Amino acid sequence: MSFAQFSLNNAWLIPMLPFIGFLLIVTFFKRMEKTASTTAIIFSAMSLALALGVVAAIAQRPELIEEPFVRSFRWFSMPGLEISMGMMVDTVAAVMLFVVTLVATMVMIYSTGYMHGDPGYTRFFAYLCLFASSMLGLVIATNLLQMFVFWELVGLCSYLLIGYYYFKDSAREAAKKAFMTTRIGDFGLLLGIVVLQLNLGTLEFTELAEKLPAFAAAKPALLTLIGTLIFIGPIGKSGQFPLHVWLPDAMEGPSPVSALIHAATMVVAGVYLVARLFTLFHVSPEAQHLVAYIGGFTAFFAASIALTQREMKRILAYSTVSQLGYMMMALGVGSLTASMFHLMTHAFFKALMFLAAGSALHALHGTADIFEMGGLRKKMPWTAAFMVIGMLAIAGIPPFAGFWSKDEILLMTKLHGFTDLYILASLTAFMTAFYMSRMVFVAFFGPENPKNHPHESPASMLFPMSVLAVLAVVGGLVGTPWTEHGFGYWVRFGEYHHPEADWTVMGGSVVLAVAGIALAWAIYGAKVIDAEKLKQRTGFLHTLSFRKFFIDEIYQWFNEKIVTGAGKMLYWVDLHIVDGLIDGMAYITGKFGEQLRLTQTGQLQHYALVLVGAIVLLVLLMGIVGADSAMALMGGGR
Amino acid sequence: MNFSLLSSEMLAAGLGTGLLILGLIAPKTENRRGFGYITAFGLLAVLVATFFQYGINQSTFHELWIVDDYSVFMKQVFIVAAILVVLSAVDFVETLPRFRGEFFALIVYALLGMMVMASANDLITIYVGLELMTITFFVLVAYQLGDGRSSEAGIKYLILGSVSSAVLLYGMSILYGLTGTTTIPEMLTKLTWSPILVVAIVMLIGGFGFKISLVPFHMWSPDIYEGAPTPITAFLAVASKAAGFAVMVRVFLLGLPLEGAVDWMLLISLLAGITMVIGNVVAIPQTNIKRMLAYSSVAQAGYMIAGLMSMDAPGVKGILFYSMIYVVANVGAFTVATLVRRALDTDTIADYAGLGQRQPLLASTLTICLLSLAGIPPLSGFVGKFYIFQAVMDKGILWPAFVGFVMSMISVYYYLNVALYMWRDDPKDDRPVPVPGPAKLVIVLSLVVTVVLGVYPGPLGELATMAAKSLF
Repeated sequence: MSFAQFSLNNAWLIPMLPFIGFLLIVTFFKRMEKTASTTAIIFSAMSLALALGVVAAIAQRPELIEEPFVRSFRWFSMPGLEISMGMMVDTVAAVMLFVVTLVATMVMIYSTGYMHGDPGYTRFFAYLCLFASSMLGLVIATNLLQMFVFWELVGLCSYLLIGYYYFKDSAREAAKKAFMTTRIGDFGLLLGIVVLQLNLGTLEFTELAEKLPAFAAAKPALLTLIGTLIFIGPIGKSGQFPLHVWLPDAMEGPSPVSALIHAATMVVAGVYLVARLFTLFHVSPEAQHLVAYIGGFTAFFAASIALTQREMKRILAYSTVSQLGYMMMALGVGSLTASMFHLMTHAFFKALMFLAAGSALHALHGTADIFEMGGLRKKMPWTAAFMVIGMLAIAGIPPFAGFWSKDEILLMTKLHGFTDLYILASLTAFMTAFYMSRMVFVAFFGPENPKNHPHESPASMLFPMSVLAVLAVVGGLVGTPWTEHGFGYWVRFGEYHHPEADWTVMGGSVVLAVAGIALAWAIYGAKVIDAEKLKQRTGFLHTLSFRKFFIDEIYQWFNEKIVTGAGKMLYWVDLHIVDGLIDGMAYITGKFGEQLRLTQTGQLQHYALVLVGAIVLLVLLMGIVGADSAMALMGGGR
Repeated sequence: MNFSLLSSEMLAAGLGTGLLILGLIAPKTENRRGFGYITAFGLLAVLVATFFQYGINQSTFHELWIVDDYSVFMKQVFIVAAILVVLSAVDFVETLPRFRGEFFALIVYALLGMMVMASANDLITIYVGLELMTITFFVLVAYQLGDGRSSEAGIKYLILGSVSSAVLLYGMSILYGLTGTTTIPEMLTKLTWSPILVVAIVMLIGGFGFKISLVPFHMWSPDIYEGAPTPITAFLAVASKAAGFAVMVRVFLLGLPLEGAVDWMLLISLLAGITMVIGNVVAIPQTNIKRMLAYSSVAQAGYMIAGLMSMDAPGVKGILFYSMIYVVANVGAFTVATLVRRALDTDTIADYAGLGQRQPLLASTLTICLLSLAGIPPLSGFVGKFYIFQAVMDKGILWPAFVGFVMSMISVYYYLNVALYMWRDDPKDDRPVPVPGPAKLVIVLSLVVTVVLGVYPGPLGELATMAAKSLF
């Protein structure tokens, strides 16, 4: 059996290995920093190797494109509900496995440098391992319930990692915010799962795929409801409007965490869930349109906020929200290929940018404002180069990875007749190019800030970035319109259509990207246009963008006035009515017990008397009570 | 005559006798720890042997003896209980003044009695097994020579046990008088309604109810549980109760017709309801952990007997599954009690204060086992209750599930009360609570099994289903 075949048959090892790493670290290596990080890296590298094996195995067996490879065992069953645990590998899952294990491994290597000397070093690696394990478990889930279990585990891990600096108030608050905001989504998802199970009697992805078309024809409205409920989960997890508020705050975690969970893995879990249930959204046009428009709006909305932000990681965070919007929109317009393709390339370049940002922050000891950085290019040439690569990729300059995937999304949006979304997405592309180059020009070019004493990061941090940088450059070439049997051949839904190169879309997006970069250069590089004046002239719009459309304030107001108010009211009810009732019942039960206890005298004679007396009583009872009253007592049924 | 059907009993009898002989020839100066290990390994061998008896489903000795999957499963429950108890008692026997080696032999004989009960297909055979078990327990309960409470418990158990045996035997003799047979399947065809049958059935319920501590035949259990040596309490609480269930299910479901005879189901359901309520409510004010566990085990008997009300394979499956997880969780709890008693010389719940700091392993195990008994998901106790009440509800009888649900909530109070002392309070002194190796094995096993069977009940559930189906 070849290694590829072995990997496919034992894909469950991919999530298992990091979990073993986690257990080893928390039980044995709590105080051994070097061993702990080495363990984490070795185990996730083994996962990466297996994930590559899975990809190779799928390349040898094209039939897996249509028929996923499923191995599962029954977890529990009862009448009407049958839940299995197992693994399901198809091309979509294989892409995710590769992306997650790659980014996880790179981030772990990076963290050995970044977290060096941190008092919670081993704890950090333990969390990373647990996180990778949960995320990979989510990827290979065979049914929605299993996926939900890992989905929640991912949520837990993100809570732990965002709040890693638990002694900082802001980190604690951010962790809580992330957890609670995503919980809103999880609740919707859970409701959706329950309704789905009640109506279709199964949660297995393969069975759902068979049953859904008939169901869609019979009860389209109900299916729309299910689709909408389920989509609330991804809205929370993948930071879509209006539950995007947690994602920028989550930057309180260490930078490698941002790279791992807020660029490449956790936040795309929502996208992945929608992709997994593509069969459902495909047959429910209303739900699918919802996905498309929420995605498109989020992309535009988040990009417009990113335009004016000043903190480096916050800009990246909003850009992540925006790019996730792209992926959702791609799914919504019906292209699994474009979405997954962008998910992959985005993981490369966004992880790269987060790591580069981490490298800059590391060197500056926490200066987050890009306007205070200035001219890092000279002292940190590698970091600057990586950041520029990432910027070019996300802006959509050919031949960088982001260009091909974004082009695919734009093309699909246009082809499927969503002209409105196409325009929105193109504008977003322009803004993306602008704010990303703004960040790079301000932080890395221009005059050096004499207050800073930056230094280039160690090799342990540069190496993972270089790997990701190479992929950010060439990673898109697997899916160009000229690639034979490229990405779209493997990862698709339905028939394969070889994409034709659409020169208007391609040309348009390049022109917009270049224009965005040029504008940023004019304002922040060459300073032909005065930024301050521009700010004053746009006045209100600037404030709106800078204050993130006051969404946080609105939520805050809602929480303080409505939730707290209702809470106070319910507290009164709880204190006086519910507690009174419960206390009363507990008191009665307790007294009852006290009294009954007294019958236990410890006297042998009493016991024997009760025994014999009970027999006599029961005989009498049976003599008096006939069969009819027996039936009544039994509730009528037998 | 197919003697292979008796193989596991012969192995157990051989083991017990071998232990007695070994006790004679082993030098007096030798301590008897090794006996414990020999017993545990021997029982493990018997356990393995029983697996080969699945799927036989035959009877022999003119229908007196039956080996069906049901009896095999029940035997495995007893053997598992015995192994765990023996391991937890390896260090305990050193505190016994005399007869240390015989302690293990007696446990094996009690086990033999239970195994006979599980395979008995006839009233006389049942009685023989039951008496072998009970008389052995009379001795074991009073084993702590010199301890007044142990002797008191022994005497009480002897007298009350004899009364209950007399009642049971009387009931059986009436049945024989009515039908002219003692084999269970034959009885089913011959019984019709008569006033005296009412008396017989009430007496059967009284006799078996004593063993499983069904209210109002439960009065003995708190006193005896409290006085007996703790490992014996554990064995009494789990295995002898499971054995009572084993015969009760067989006799009532297969031997006593409902149509045209006495409606015993009315009695059973009435007593099940009362048992659930009384057991849980009286457990609340208890301050001694063994008495608390005694009442909790009364309550558990109520849940389990409710499974009989479905009168079908799913209900029996629930009882079987519950027996196994009940054994594991209770032995875990009692083993902790044994260790605490040895180290701190107390059974008072308040003295468990700070156990979480002293011995986190013991405190966690006790917490998990008690929560499992309370039926908190995802622990195995929840799954067991779920199987039982699901089966009963499928028959359209809703009230047992409702009572069980409310009473489970009440039980959480007294179970968590222990946890509260262990985790919230600080220890009163700094005496250590040592955990010797074999007891640690029991503790860890019960912890792991309780959790694993809750998360992944599939295989045991399927085994129990197969066993339950062999009855019908």
